[in-house]
Amino acid sequence: MLNAVNDVSFTVSAGEILGLVGESGSGKTVTGFSIMGLVDPPGRIAGGRILFKGRDLVGLPENEMRRLRGARIAMIFQDPMMTLNPVLRIETQMVEAVRAHADVSADEALARARNALGRVGIPSPDERLKAYPHQFSGGMRQRVAIATALINKPDLIIADEPTTALDVTIQGQILFEVQKLCCETGTALIWITHDLSVVASLADRVCVMYAGKIVEEGSVDAILDRPAHPYTHGLIGSVPSRNHKGTPLAQIPGVMPSMLDLPGGCSFRPRCARADRACETPPGVDEIGDGRRVRCVHPLVGAPA
Amino acid sequence: MTVFIVRRLIQSAIVLFAMSLIVFIGVYAIGNPVEIFLSGDADQAERERVIATLGLDRPLWEQYWLFIEGAARGDLGNSFVHNRPALQLIIERMPATMELALAAMALAIVFGIPLGMYAGFRPHSALGRGIMAGSILGFSLPTFWVGLMLIMIFAVELGWLPSTGRGQTANVFGIATSLATRDGLVHVLLPAFNLALFKLSLVIRLARAGVRENMLMDYVKFARAKGLSMRRVVFVHVLKNILIPIVTVLGLELGSVIAFSVVTETIFAWPGMGKLIIDSINHLDRPVIVAYLLVTVTLFIVINLVVDVLYSVLDPRVRLADVKG
Ligand code: SF4
Repeated sequence: MLNAVNDVSFTVSAGEILGLVGESGSGKTVTGFSIMGLVDPPGRIAGGRILFKGRDLVGLPENEMRRLRGARIAMIFQDPMMTLNPVLRIETQMVEAVRAHADVSADEALARARNALGRVGIPSPDERLKAYPHQFSGGMRQRVAIATALINKPDLIIADEPTTALDVTIQGQILFEVQKLCCETGTALIWITHDLSVVASLADRVCVMYAGKIVEEGSVDAILDRPAHPYTHGLIGSVPSRNHKGTPLAQIPGVMPSMLDLPGGCSFRPRCARADRACETPPGVDEIGDGRRVRCVHPLVGAPA
Repeated sequence: MTVFIVRRLIQSAIVLFAMSLIVFIGVYAIGNPVEIFLSGDADQAERERVIATLGLDRPLWEQYWLFIEGAARGDLGNSFVHNRPALQLIIERMPATMELALAAMALAIVFGIPLGMYAGFRPHSALGRGIMAGSILGFSLPTFWVGLMLIMIFAVELGWLPSTGRGQTANVFGIATSLATRDGLVHVLLPAFNLALFKLSLVIRLARAGVRENMLMDYVKFARAKGLSMRRVVFVHVLKNILIPIVTVLGLELGSVIAFSVVTETIFAWPGMGKLIIDSINHLDRPVIVAYLLVTVTLFIVINLVVDVLYSVLDPRVRLADVKG
C-alpha cells in the first residue's frame, strides 16, 4: 500500500482562506479530492477523519456525500480546458448543478446560473449560457467553473491550482474576484498551489505540505516573514520576487523523494542543511506559539517545548 | 452550412459521373450478354437483330452517351432478363434491403451500446470479459457460416423462427414493409441478427473504448464534484461524448451494410437488392448491374452527407464550414 498522504491535519473556518502549498507530488491534490470523497479507486481513505461542520465525511454513504458535493463543498480544478464537458452547453452544465441539489424549476435554475456568471464578471451572461465551452478562452472557462462552484453558495470551496494554467493578468483578476466573493459570502476557501506568491496575496493561513505530510502551519504573515521549517525557508528563497536582482535563485538542493521510497525519519532529511542524527526519528508536530505548528526538530523559529 | 451542402452536392455529381464511366466500361469488359438471349440454334440474322435491339452494335462511346442521356432522364435502361426498367426493379427490391439493414443497425445499437458501456465500466468482471470475447467472435466468424448456424439452430433444431423469405408485409406511408407485421418481424429476426453481428461487435468496442477514455477525463470528475448522480454523469455526460464516434462510424457503415447484405440475403433467400444483383451478375444483365452500382454509390453519398450533418449536430466543436481540404 502506498500512503500518498499521511498525518495531514488542518482546519479552516468560515470566511477563511487557507493556502495549501507544496511541490507537485507533495499530496496536496489528493488531500483536496479526499475531502470531496472523489479519490479514484483503487485509492481510498485508509483512516482519519474529515470533520465538516462537526460531521465526519469519512465513511459517509455515497448518497449523502453526493448531496454535500457541489452544494456545501465545491471544487475548482486546475485545467479549465478540461473541466467543462465539451458537448454540453454552459447552460446545461450550470443548471444541472443547481437541480442536483435543489428542487427548483428550470427557469429558477437558469436565473441562478445567470446570476452566478454575473458575479464572476462574465459580460452578457444570457448569450454566454447558450454557448459551448470551446467558444470561451481559458480564463473565461475558469470563470464559468468558478461560477458553477459558487452557484449553490457552498460553505467550503476547494480550489486546486485554478490559476496555474492561465496567464498572469487573468490570474490576478481571478484571485482578486475569488477573494472578494469569499469575503462577501463567508465561504471558506482552501487554495491548493505550488506558488507561494499566490498564497501571499490571497490566504489568511498557510499549510505547507512535503511528501504527503503537513510540515508547517500558521498565519500567512508569520510564515512568510519568519519561516520555521527549513523546507518553507527554502521555498521562500526560490520565489523570484523575494530575491534581489542579480543574485541567483536559491534552489532547494535535490528533488522530492518518491512516495514509494521515503527516507526514514524526517522525509526532508536528504535535502536539509540542518539535518543531524536527531532527524533520523520522525519528528512530531510542535506548537511554537502564535497558533503556529511545525514538524521539525531544529526549527528556525521558536524552540520546541 | 448551405455552402457546405451545395459544395458537397457538386462533388457528389462528379463522383457519380466518374463512377458511371468506370462501371460502364467495367461491365462492358466482362462478357457478351447476347448468348443469353439466343437459343442454341439461332441463326446469324437473328443474332444481329438482337444485337441491334440491345444497341450492342454501336461503339462503346456511343453506347455510353446513350446511357448518360437516358440516365439524365432517370432511365437507366431495361433489364435484358426481365425486360423492365432496371431502376424500377431495384427500387421495388429496395424496401426489403432497407428494412433488413435498418433492423440490423437497430440491433447493433440497442444491444451494442449497453453491452459496450458495461464492459467499459467493469472491464475486469466476468461479464465484461465475456462481452469482449463475444465481440472478437463477432468480428472473426464469417457471415455465411454464422447464417447457416443460425438457420440450423433456430429454424431447423428448435423450430422457433422461419429460416427463409420475407414475411407478411403491411403498408406504412405507402411502402410495404415487413417491420409492421408480427409475421414479418419474426422473419426479419434471423437475417437481421446475422447482418448485425459484425456491427454489433464494432459498437461494443467503440462504446467500451469511449467509456474507458471518457471516465478518466476531468469533466467527469468535475461533474461528480458538482454532486451529480452517477446515473446523470454516465447517461448524459459520458454517453453524449461516446455517441460522437459511434454515430459517425455506424453512419458510414450503414452504406456497407446495404451494399454487402448480398451474402445474408442469399443465405436467407431475402428478396432484396442483394439477391437481385447476384442473379443479374449470373445472367450478365448489364443494365441492372450498372443501375445497382449507381444506386449504391448514390446511397453512400447521401449517407455520408447525412452523417456529416449529424456529426455537426452532436459535436458543437465541428462546424460545417466552407473550408478547402
Ligand atoms: S527535522 Fe531535521 S531534517 Fe527534518 S527539516 Fe527539521 S532539521 Fe531538517
